[in-house]
Amino acid sequence: MNQAVQAAPAAKRKPKETGVPENTQYLHPTLAKNYGNWKYHDRPRPGVLHHVAHSGDEVWSVRAGTQRQMDVYTIRKLCDIADKFAEGRVRFTIRSNIEFIVSDEKKVAPLIAELEKSGFPVGGTGNSVTMIAHTQGWLHCDIPGTDASGVVKALMDELYEEFRREEMPNRVHLSTSCCEINCGGQADLAIIVQHTKPPVINHDLVANVCERPTVVARCPVAAIRPAMVNGKPSLEIDESKCMCCGACYPPCPPMQINDPEFSKLAIWVGGKNSNARGKPTFMKMVAAGLPNNPPRWPEVSAVVKRILTVYKEDARGWERLADWIDRIGWPRFFEKTGLPFTKYLIDDWRGSRYNLNASAHIRF
Amino acid sequence: MAKKLHDTPNLDQLESGPWPSFVTGLKHLAKDKDYVVDLLGQLEESYKTKKGYWKGGTVGVFGYGGGVIPRFTELKNEDGSPKFPDAAEFHTLRVMPPPGMHYDTNTLRKFCDIWEEHGSGLIAFHGQSGDIMFQGATTENVQKAFDEFNEMGFDLGGAGPAVRTSMSCVGAARCEQSCYNEAQAHRAVLNTFLDDIHRPSLPYKFKFKFSGCPNDCMNSVQRADMAVIGTWRDNIRTDEALAKKWFAKHGMDELVNDVVARCPTKAFQVKEISKIKSGEHISSVKVSDTHAVEIDNQDCVRCMHCINVMTGALAPGKDKGATVLVGGKSHLKIGGLMGTVVLPFIKLDTEEEVEKLVDFAQRTIDFFAENALEHERTGEMIERIGLANFLDAMEVEVDPAMVNSPRMNPYVRTDGWDEEVAKINAKKQAA
Repeated sequence: MNQAVQAAPAAKRKPKETGVPENTQYLHPTLAKNYGNWKYHDRPRPGVLHHVAHSGDEVWSVRAGTQRQMDVYTIRKLCDIADKFAEGRVRFTIRSNIEFIVSDEKKVAPLIAELEKSGFPVGGTGNSVTMIAHTQGWLHCDIPGTDASGVVKALMDELYEEFRREEMPNRVHLSTSCCEINCGGQADLAIIVQHTKPPVINHDLVANVCERPTVVARCPVAAIRPAMVNGKPSLEIDESKCMCCGACYPPCPPMQINDPEFSKLAIWVGGKNSNARGKPTFMKMVAAGLPNNPPRWPEVSAVVKRILTVYKEDARGWERLADWIDRIGWPRFFEKTGLPFTKYLIDDWRGSRYNLNASAHIRF
Repeated sequence: MAKKLHDTPNLDQLESGPWPSFVTGLKHLAKDKDYVVDLLGQLEESYKTKKGYWKGGTVGVFGYGGGVIPRFTELKNEDGSPKFPDAAEFHTLRVMPPPGMHYDTNTLRKFCDIWEEHGSGLIAFHGQSGDIMFQGATTENVQKAFDEFNEMGFDLGGAGPAVRTSMSCVGAARCEQSCYNEAQAHRAVLNTFLDDIHRPSLPYKFKFKFSGCPNDCMNSVQRADMAVIGTWRDNIRTDEALAKKWFAKHGMDELVNDVVARCPTKAFQVKEISKIKSGEHISSVKVSDTHAVEIDNQDCVRCMHCINVMTGALAPGKDKGATVLVGGKSHLKIGGLMGTVVLPFIKLDTEEEVEKLVDFAQRTIDFFAENALEHERTGEMIERIGLANFLDAMEVEVDPAMVNSPRMNPYVRTDGWDEEVAKINAKKQAA
């Protein structure tokens, strides 16, 4: 499969191995001046952070949503706005929001007006639903079960007002992942491809394309073994063991795991990276079997919105999704969201006994 | 002017709605680039058939073994020719961002000019590992684009079984919760491993991430093989003016329900002023003429919650540093793993102290390179060999801060117990 194509170097220029560049040259002057010397911050309105330094200096950071995969015209537009209103400096957040930093409060309102006029929603701070962390999908990945940018665009259209407000009980982080590797990462609410059928093997190609021992070793449940099929060395799958994770597909593309119908989407909730209150938590699967339905994935949006609506109504201040479920318990989570609790949600992977209720603690 | 757009009825539906549309952006680029016209054609086909059509390969720049993600189309006509020939090659360059992802517009504009000339004109700020992703160049143009980025002072990131590009939070540049110089640590560590970034030869990927406080905005605990998370050892600092201001605005109900009740170790209490304790490990601050809060810092786990709620009124202490956790990773192959504490506290104030972190990172990578199985992440390796063996190899003393609890089963051979106790006692006496 590996198509060996050498980039023909026009001239053999040796790379300068400069590594990670210094950031001081890019810092807003007020940030550079007060580096390591900030006192506190508040949020005058959604989308704006106001930081005060021990020196008395102040900066306002205006946060706006982007599509992450940006064309050069969009980036130049953002640069024009930064040059006109924000002293020519920007930074990006981990969730692909852009921040404009100004040292003059008077510039905040015109900057916001200009951003919104240009189609960039201002928000994503505090108790908002912020931009979805996402991956590459059909646009660029070699193993995607679905798209990423399209899912995010469709969902953020639906959650647009929640991005621009701070009305959730606590911050809401979302992620999407186009295969079970879960590049999107842990989040309060995550959408991840969940395959439901074992891979379909193209036995004509395996011998030429795959390093068979590597593929055998990659399977988490030892369901793959070498076999001769139609006189050719290939691989076979014990379908009673296979749990359809797709781990064999990246090292061996002839083991096609993606299927237009049987690659479904699952929803996970309650992931949290922060140490605030409880320790960081992994998210838990709460829904599966949702159709992969481009271009707008309405069935997925409906479940996401249903969970977020109930969370918004029911959670107390400062409860992240995981904190809220800790309080109300899983039975009420499923009752309130109307999601079915099926046997597939009972963990049977290693360490699963810790996920069972070994007590008489039951809410009625 | 480029060639005519293909019909894209599916993608067209992603142009409506209020959120910025990547499809509209791609169409803008397609006005001048046949390359993007055909990219849209292929993407529309994916939307129609629900299948991906890219495969990997080997494309790189002279002198490096990684940092470029090669993509060749698999969408072919019956005669084997690409269905969308202008987008038959669509490689991505991963470029490492400055710590905290700060830019001036001059730099961003130069990126745009270079990528408009040599690539598709599509740039992602940023990928999940933190790279600036310059998406879409032909094999021929990869080197040209890289040479220009490299001359600007930017370098390729990691791909494959390599040390990967890192991320650090905004940190000391703008955040009052910052507990070390994230940018300094980020650069010191990453720039030590340039060979391991540019020439993939490890058992599998290795990621570092740097978060300035336990809020862990870089999600390092579950995404990084080595997470450096800022913290402090001494007492939470207080500011009476800001505490009173907070209380005047939020009142007793919020103080009790949002702060006292949410402290995970019940280290935070609200009391009448006359009942406030004093002592070496107590932080206290008046919130009104009658009431004050009292924090027993020995019980505090530095979770950040009260500081997040009452920022400024409460602040991390002055004896700052970081906790280092090792072994975080996502699902494949044994399930997600959080990093686990390996260095409960290190100072990072001076260059020498940062150098100690670099040294620890170096020894971890060396051990990983020697001992991990192919395609095994550090966390999986530690699960296989046991944390105690890893600590032994790293010459790190065991510490109860590394565990949730001591073991809950008897399946361990303990005939070295007396010897271990003697070692601990000898160390205590020597100290």
